[in-house]
Amino acid sequence: MPHVTLRGRTFMALVVTPAFPMATWFAAFDQQMRGAAGFFVDRPIVANLAETLEAGGPEAVFIVLEGLEARELRLIGVEGVDPALLAGTRWERMPKTLHGRAQTLEAWAETSPVAAGGERSPAPVTSSNAPSLLIDRPVRSGQSVLFEDGDVTIIGPVSSGAEVIAGGSIHIYGSLRGRAIAGLRTGAAARIFCRRLEAELVGVDRLYRTAEHWGEALHGRPVQVMSDRGALRLTALD
Amino acid sequence: MSKVMVVTSGKGGVGKTTSSASLGAALAQAGQNVVVVDFDVGLRNLDLVMGAERRVVFDLVNVVQGDAKLPQALIRDKRVETLYLLPASQTRDKDALTEEGVGRVIGELRERFDWIVCDSPAGIEKGALLAMRFADLAVVVTNPEVSSVRDSDRIIGMLDSKTQRAEDGGRLEKHLLLTRYDAARAARGEMMKVDDILEILAIPLLGIVSESPDVLSASNVGSPVTLHNPTSAAGRAYIDAARRLLGENIVVDTPPERQSLMRRLFGRKAAVA
Repeated sequence: MPHVTLRGRTFMALVVTPAFPMATWFAAFDQQMRGAAGFFVDRPIVANLAETLEAGGPEAVFIVLEGLEARELRLIGVEGVDPALLAGTRWERMPKTLHGRAQTLEAWAETSPVAAGGERSPAPVTSSNAPSLLIDRPVRSGQSVLFEDGDVTIIGPVSSGAEVIAGGSIHIYGSLRGRAIAGLRTGAAARIFCRRLEAELVGVDRLYRTAEHWGEALHGRPVQVMSDRGALRLTALD
Repeated sequence: MSKVMVVTSGKGGVGKTTSSASLGAALAQAGQNVVVVDFDVGLRNLDLVMGAERRVVFDLVNVVQGDAKLPQALIRDKRVETLYLLPASQTRDKDALTEEGVGRVIGELRERFDWIVCDSPAGIEKGALLAMRFADLAVVVTNPEVSSVRDSDRIIGMLDSKTQRAEDGGRLEKHLLLTRYDAARAARGEMMKVDDILEILAIPLLGIVSESPDVLSASNVGSPVTLHNPTSAAGRAYIDAARRLLGENIVVDTPPERQSLMRRLFGRKAAVA
């Protein structure tokens, strides 16, 4: 069964790239959704359909879109297909390309769902030269820190129900109890470091793992998370 | 200098109202001018816990909307003369409160009282946000269980971002009040330990109130436990917490396990002896 890859993209959107054979891909996808239902809840999804179009033609594109829609995912965009193909269908108005990567932190503060509905995240300290973000207080449950330009360093705990998403690596001098997703921009080169691993979910580049995937042996220990030849690897630092 | 103190938790049923009444009464017993304000519009309880339910005429909503003057709605406690209650309305809902209206009432209360204790409703919606909006300090009431701790963590995040003080760039003083604590169960691993909770929430500990029938019986007779039974463990815990709020430096003692063990082994007799 193929491994379904999810790539973090602009804000918190995930890019899914359906592959043939479709039945197998959707079966794997469903299994993954069952395994980490919370990961998909309210999370915007972008479908990259270039491969679908190439292998199955226009009809396959609509079958895939209907398939994703039936899973009650928040499909917010389609990429990899000619906009003309979707003309006259209910997917017509969906953005075809997303230019999220160029967004700055300021733009995020104004447009992110977090800023609109949730709390402000702890006041960030940014330096214009080095693309990094330093937060010297706890990231509380319900707060979300997103910094696409580079590394994020947090001095304090990241609570259960909080999330940190970084363009580069994430360094947490405290307990990681929520989610950390690194490498939106730098990809597989990014790593996550934390002083105590009690996380709900960690992700680097296009790979993620939930707490039940790693053993008790790592729980409560200082850990680094990296992408190693296409697999996510968690190793103790002590 | 008056202080506005919100008693909040996120989760319901952890002891916000009991703690508001007990801390308010303890502060008043220490000679402070105190008003306890019930922000739980639609589900008012504070009047019952303080034994004033038969004296409510006007309430917070009336004052916020300008239908009554503040002195008309304030109820003076019959036991402690520096203790007042501003009840909530049972027939309205939280939308009846407005930010300007609440701000105006808090401003008026600041002129008359040393302490304005705001008893927050559960949840993270409008009622809870208005209760914390004008606070100078917060007491976060938490039970030793994971769901309560996570909700408290969420509330602390909101105290740091959604209060006027936080928006003005200041930092809100926050204190943790651990309630319904059972040392024996914590020792058996059935409850979270104090150190673990403090590690997660990372705010100073104001006090630990043990699970106790004294609290329930005090609520049932409409008297804060600090008045009804000031020498009980719960009563002393609240009185000590109030003294800490007034700046006294008293060590918080964790309820000892041994006592609970004795109680378990010998029942009531040991507790009486």
